[in-house]
Amino acid sequence: MFKIVHYINQFYAGIGGEEQAGIAPSMQGGAIGPGAAFNTAFADAAEITHTIVCGDSFFAENTEAATKQILEMVAEIKPDVFIAGPAFNAGRYGIACGGVAKAVTEKLEIPVLTGMFNENPGAEMYCDSLYIVATKASGAGMRDAVGKMSKLALKLARGEKIGASIEEGYLPGRARVNFFEEKRGSRRAVEMLLAKMAGKPFVTEFPMPAFDRVAPVAAISDITKAKIAMVTSGGIVPKGNPDRIESSSASKYGEYDLSGVNDLTEATYETAHGGYDPVYANKDSDRVLPLDILREFEQAGRIGGLHNKFYTTVGNGTAVKDSAEYGREIAEKLLADGVDAVVLTST
Amino acid sequence: MVKEIERAGLPVVHICTITPISMTVGANRIVPAVGIPYPLGNPKLPAADEKALRAQIVENALAALQTEVSGQTVFE
Repeated sequence: MFKIVHYINQFYAGIGGEEQAGIAPSMQGGAIGPGAAFNTAFADAAEITHTIVCGDSFFAENTEAATKQILEMVAEIKPDVFIAGPAFNAGRYGIACGGVAKAVTEKLEIPVLTGMFNENPGAEMYCDSLYIVATKASGAGMRDAVGKMSKLALKLARGEKIGASIEEGYLPGRARVNFFEEKRGSRRAVEMLLAKMAGKPFVTEFPMPAFDRVAPVAAISDITKAKIAMVTSGGIVPKGNPDRIESSSASKYGEYDLSGVNDLTEATYETAHGGYDPVYANKDSDRVLPLDILREFEQAGRIGGLHNKFYTTVGNGTAVKDSAEYGREIAEKLLADGVDAVVLTST
Repeated sequence: MVKEIERAGLPVVHICTITPISMTVGANRIVPAVGIPYPLGNPKLPAADEKALRAQIVENALAALQTEVSGQTVFE
């Protein structure tokens, strides 16, 4: 029976949500949380013998130290395969899964795999060096993810040849793998064209790389004459969240007036964000949206002025296309209001 | 959002803790922050020190906005 070590975050370990995201790595015997489903899927072929749990914020803020600790734990067990996640569309968790898995395979030469939604920032960072099984965006896709990941894990454990991404269900990005298609190229191309003309779904065999980069805009020459606006993905809203911006997968952004506001206090502002521990932002929202400082700088003439509105949304599993849309609309409004530069904060 | 705001022609500085995400997304002026739940603060510090820390990060951000960059730059 193959021995597997599984890496999960505090949430899937059942320890807690964001208030526990700061916990340091620890290892326990047996399977925890999604590990049980993996063990069922493995039947008698493999078993998760140990689970390493680490808080997402701890990993993000202490990456080097956490990685070192986790490597020591894995080295002690010497598993046949190391599995991280799946992380779905959880950004910090995805980056942790990718970072840990990469370190394990590079330093300990143990086969690894993880699972993520394709928009997870960890996917783009690690898809060229790891097997990242493509999952749905949320934990609702756990069963599907475990099915695909357990199959690939067994193949890795047995040292079998791993096929192309389209065959195995992992995100493309690694070295190409050749395979024979049943239909020849001309037939596949014509079928795709017909599907496209009929408005039916089709899958290209050669997606164009999306190099979506924006050239930097010229610097502000004199900040003491510039009107600065604040935007945040950290979910800061007036107390009570009047527009009910969702705590995750936000379907909107808010625009709020700052006239006469010099400080964001516990009584007047809070965060709507469900992806980080809200205690600190609820106590003092200036920790996410630095209004107090920019107001002081404005009064001291160190900036030309502070725009009297701020824009906010919750960047927590929010779709890229929605965020881009909010960004476009916000930019249009800022330009119309004569704003010269933007300070955008993220949690 | 950072990218769309810049695409519209506005210089933008991204203050965030996990700078690799900002790099992946495509921000051009990036200023590292303190921690995920408090990018511009530190609840462990006395109030006055915390505010000074915040002022320092904002100053760094304003300096970034006044610096010409040719590509993605992290202002440590």
